Amino acid sequence: MADILVVVEHQEGAFRKTTLSTLTAAKTLSGLIGGEVDALVLGQGVQAVADTVAAHGVRAVLLGESELFARYLAVAYAPAVAQVAREKGYGAVLAPASTFGKDFMPRLSGLLDAPLASDVSGFSKEGDSLRVQRPMYAGNAIATVELVGSPLLFTVRQTAFDPAPQSDAKAPVERVSLAADPGGTVFVGREETKSERPELTEARVVVSAGRGIKSPENFKLVEELADLFQAAIGATRATVDAGWAPNDWQVGQTGKIVAPELYFALGISGAIQHLAGMKDSKVIVAINKDEEAPIFQVADYGLVADLFKAVPALIAELRKLKSA
Amino acid sequence: MLVAIKPVPNPDERVKIRKDGTGVVLDNIKMVINPFCEIAVEEALRIREKRGGEAVILTIGPKEGEQQIRTALAMGADRAILVETTEELDSLGVARLMAKVVEQEKPDFVIMGKQAVDDDNNQVGQILAAILSLPQATFGSKIEFSEDGKRANVTREVDGGLETIGVTLPAVITTDLRLNEPRYASLPGIMKAKKKEMKVVPADSLGVDTAPRVRLLSLAPPKERAGGKKVADVAELVDKLKNEAKIL
Repeated sequence: MADILVVVEHQEGAFRKTTLSTLTAAKTLSGLIGGEVDALVLGQGVQAVADTVAAHGVRAVLLGESELFARYLAVAYAPAVAQVAREKGYGAVLAPASTFGKDFMPRLSGLLDAPLASDVSGFSKEGDSLRVQRPMYAGNAIATVELVGSPLLFTVRQTAFDPAPQSDAKAPVERVSLAADPGGTVFVGREETKSERPELTEARVVVSAGRGIKSPENFKLVEELADLFQAAIGATRATVDAGWAPNDWQVGQTGKIVAPELYFALGISGAIQHLAGMKDSKVIVAINKDEEAPIFQVADYGLVADLFKAVPALIAELRKLKSA
Repeated sequence: MLVAIKPVPNPDERVKIRKDGTGVVLDNIKMVINPFCEIAVEEALRIREKRGGEAVILTIGPKEGEQQIRTALAMGADRAILVETTEELDSLGVARLMAKVVEQEKPDFVIMGKQAVDDDNNQVGQILAAILSLPQATFGSKIEFSEDGKRANVTREVDGGLETIGVTLPAVITTDLRLNEPRYASLPGIMKAKKKEMKVVPADSLGVDTAPRVRLLSLAPPKERAGGKKVADVAELVDKLKNEAKIL
């Protein structure tokens, strides 16, 4: 079987852990259809990213450095990945199902006329044929699909695969020269959501708030609880739409998909779209004063209470526990 | 402006999977315009109000899609094209059919939802841009045109924050939630919509290979959570987290 290529995600040189679960997905795939796993890093001044990936159990890292990749643009990335896939004859190409992978992978699909399965949550085999699992309908259905053509393209749901561990061996890094044309597109600017907290998709604990939090000022309460766990903060669509929380915090079907060990849902009613983004969390705690709220159906520990009373009490109890 | 819309089952209702796993039960479920596509329609109308032009709706699929097209026309779009087919299509097939329409219509830009909330693929806009060799700006939350109308700056909702890119037109733009809040169709709008032009084009007349390359084999329900337990107060919650879930 032809080999497998993973396109590495980084934010202008800062390696993103989304790639680690994609590497595990690639390994799973290689176990089913054969082939070795290589990684491709595109960027400028990103040797360190290549070195990091090289220490995570790949056969080789291909490094394409150019000014044209200094800022990520789908229009430059997709043809470069297409060139690598064609020249080296990869049988499958994978990338994280983050806003990075979701942006350029379909473009790659169009360029290569190759089938793409989005947001893959599993691989299996039926006889000799590969079967691919992916969520549809806000995670209320798991589809099994078959891909026809080559190379096979996948974006990988981060929460569905464990991060690849570090390896003892270090893979060689090979420089590749790639053509790229930004085709009528320029990078204008980036407004980073500033935070000292862990990434939503990587945090062990997530504290999220919904409309029940009532005002942006009250997010202080959310932060106070989050501080006790070094947790990431999430939000529902309603709170982001209202401008109380940045877009980057939205948990749900079309926002971030999270699966932390502990998820606090504060004043969240539990719309289908929100549940889609968090119902794979290990332990879910819901605090809401409406006992009919659908969030309680997925919660392991539901507390029907006014969050403005319950959360401060919870914070006090947890502090007591910590100092004990 | 070409605005692509997709009819989807009402996203606020939980879909049921057919017993044989071949699809979902659509009886008694209301079909609506995919929420992201509705945002695209609204944006096209706002752009038309500011800059003039024509908002043309495009749908690909079975005849029943006429209903959602009428809704978009009632919101204020000018005319519509339905590329009619009853075949199961994948994103590549849809994008290829769309590309034919774009070649005929030559719009200044194509705008559509970033993702349909039924299959959750998030693919068609980007594939279309690739097929037509056009720039793409996905997940748009703000669109601004240059004075001469030859370029647009699109702010995109990305992991980590917001990013702005500039694209030369024509381009393909996909919409995210914060772009706008779609209007409701007014009664006069609904009356007017009945008289607006809707061209039906049989998909097979476009000479495009639409055999699916991603084939849906079956659907299964996800693992259900054993949730639903309640605690009486904060003390019990902390006790359970510590001694039962062992997470503190």
